[in-house]
Amino acid sequence: MNSTSEVAGEGVGNAVIRTAAETQLIVERSLKRRYRAEMRFRGYGLTAVGLGILFVVFLFTTIGMQGASVFRQTYVQLPVYFDPEIIDPAGTRVPNDLIVADYQALIRDSLRERFPAVEGRSNLRELYRIVSSAATINLRSAVVDDPTTIGQRQNLYLLMDDTVDALLKGKTDRAAPEEERRLSDQQIGWIDALLVEGLLELRFNREFFSNGDSRDPEQSGILGALIGSLLILLITLMLSFPIGVSAAVYLEEFAPKNPLTDIIEVNINNLAAVPSIVFGLLGLAVFIGFFGLPRSAPLVGGLVLTLLTLPTIIIASRAALKGVPPSIREAALGMGASKIQMVGHHVLPLAIPGMLTGTIIGMARALGESAPLLMIGMVAFIVDVPQGVLDPATALPVQVFLWSDLPERGFIERTSGAIIILLLFLVVMNATAVILRNRFEKRW
Amino acid sequence: METTTVTGVARAGAGSSGSMPLPEGHKTVGVVTTPDPLFVCRSVDVYYGDKHAIKDVSIDIGRRQVLAMIGPSGCGKSTFLRCLNRMNDTIPGARVEGRIELDGNDIHDKRRDVVQLRARVGMVFQKPNPFPKSIYENVAYGPRIHGLARDRAELDEIVNTSLRRAGLWDEVKDRLAQPGTSLSGGQQQRLCIARTIAVNPEVILMDEPCSALDPIATARIEDLMDELAQSYAIVIVTHSMQQAARVSKRTAYFHLGDLVEVGPTDKIFTNPSHKLTEDYITGRFG
Repeated sequence: MNSTSEVAGEGVGNAVIRTAAETQLIVERSLKRRYRAEMRFRGYGLTAVGLGILFVVFLFTTIGMQGASVFRQTYVQLPVYFDPEIIDPAGTRVPNDLIVADYQALIRDSLRERFPAVEGRSNLRELYRIVSSAATINLRSAVVDDPTTIGQRQNLYLLMDDTVDALLKGKTDRAAPEEERRLSDQQIGWIDALLVEGLLELRFNREFFSNGDSRDPEQSGILGALIGSLLILLITLMLSFPIGVSAAVYLEEFAPKNPLTDIIEVNINNLAAVPSIVFGLLGLAVFIGFFGLPRSAPLVGGLVLTLLTLPTIIIASRAALKGVPPSIREAALGMGASKIQMVGHHVLPLAIPGMLTGTIIGMARALGESAPLLMIGMVAFIVDVPQGVLDPATALPVQVFLWSDLPERGFIERTSGAIIILLLFLVVMNATAVILRNRFEKRW
Repeated sequence: METTTVTGVARAGAGSSGSMPLPEGHKTVGVVTTPDPLFVCRSVDVYYGDKHAIKDVSIDIGRRQVLAMIGPSGCGKSTFLRCLNRMNDTIPGARVEGRIELDGNDIHDKRRDVVQLRARVGMVFQKPNPFPKSIYENVAYGPRIHGLARDRAELDEIVNTSLRRAGLWDEVKDRLAQPGTSLSGGQQQRLCIARTIAVNPEVILMDEPCSALDPIATARIEDLMDELAQSYAIVIVTHSMQQAARVSKRTAYFHLGDLVEVGPTDKIFTNPSHKLTEDYITGRFG
């Protein structure tokens, strides 16, 4: 410290010359400041990450809590007599006649048998209403599959109406005045009677995974939208990956650098930022309006989403190609490889993981996209599960949108259920892609 | 490709190109010609956009001869080296003028293929750049794309011979399937040399092949060059004057794009004719 003061004394007007001790002191002071800044920055980062995790947890718990109940649904166990007089009075067993037979009557008989005290048309109608109109489907398929069922008495699980389902899941307030409930006091009485006997049961919701959309919540399922999304994604992947990669390879490796390619490059970057609904309008005008492709078809959806994902894939693929070290290119060219050999043998294998990453991002975006699909009619109410790319279909996010709009209680849990399926789909897709990519990458 | 043919001389036939006269007013000191040349370069100019990187260079390169090119950084020796196998074609905005003949044939001739040229003129780069493939695949790549091997056994033979000649066989014979990038720097560079000689070129261009290597690896590569000089013409760009003195028979000194002096290596290093050469080799700059 002695020398410090000495220097300080001498150093008037020449402050830049310091002793080592003095320098150390200054560094020490600034070190404290630097560490404080670092701690502060870590704090900000941890807060941000923590908030992010909190939001994700909140999102998943709300969706999970609302949607988990959709995987179970209320069924009633009732003995059903397959009355030959009702199903096939002529006794011909012609399959077509068996299909159109009045199975509703069998259920009605069964219910009347269970509640013999109920009388009067309106009371009976109320009784019939607690069982879903879709319950006949099981009966019909049982008979059509095996005509010998006719004349037998079987204990069957029949699908209950969504109002009963809501009551069992505790979503209907029993204390509310009768006129504010969708179930009358009388109906609740019957349901309680069945409950006491243990005939009402929450079982795995088959309908949700095997049906298309429906106006009845208990009948509506996710399968149509799931298949629709699958078909759309398949078309998008099949078109956008090869086109995107080829475009990127051409632009990056072969295209001459001139104003035209500059314009193309700028436009690709701009397209990546175009709102998706605009692509929907484009698809409507071009694919449906001009080429006359069918409305609501997964083919058109796939084409539109291809347009949407192409810029993402091209940009990511070009970045991946740019990342391949020039020394590898020089090595290949120096060996006498032609340009296409250089790209095919050396550059592409190194760039593929990056290209796949871009494709994953693009496909994830395509899976979650609903706005452009609305424009091409995929928002329509479609009951049938699509069998091909030209059948009318809808997609998972659009199904979420459709159900979220409906007033029935049962659709609330179905909306959340569809979101769960959508997220699961996304996770499975991304995980597969990441595993695939790692396998490519692991070679070296 | 524009070609400024030298002073109206009729195109020389194969074998007689050595007699292609030098352009008038060329300023290079020393003897640029060599008997029975493989490469004949006359009035070569290279531009990178507006930058004039190589100015009116004329030089012959002999068969089975090691030519060292020395000079300060940015003097154009690497650029000139890359003219010889047309690697400058890959650089956007690069333009080569003048005439370069390989065995009497203009390498810029439209009828000649650049792929064929590069098969005849191999190149080893400054930084070892093995392909991210196995050691075997690295060496087999050239023969494979050029279709030099009829079957697997022949390919194995080529790989074996090339690795032996590059002095790498004993070190890698048990791990041919491992990635070439797992080798040490010196081994990688020898792998690159093996890869180059696997296609049986006539010339090997080396662009500072030892600048990324330690002295032991450098010594190995230099020994290798002595051996290779028995069968190939070698053109080496180097920053190390000791290396130039050790491995080469002829030395060319470049300065700011000009070829200042060419001559037998011992003469250049003991008794240079040009002031700039003398300044450089005595370490006054560079």
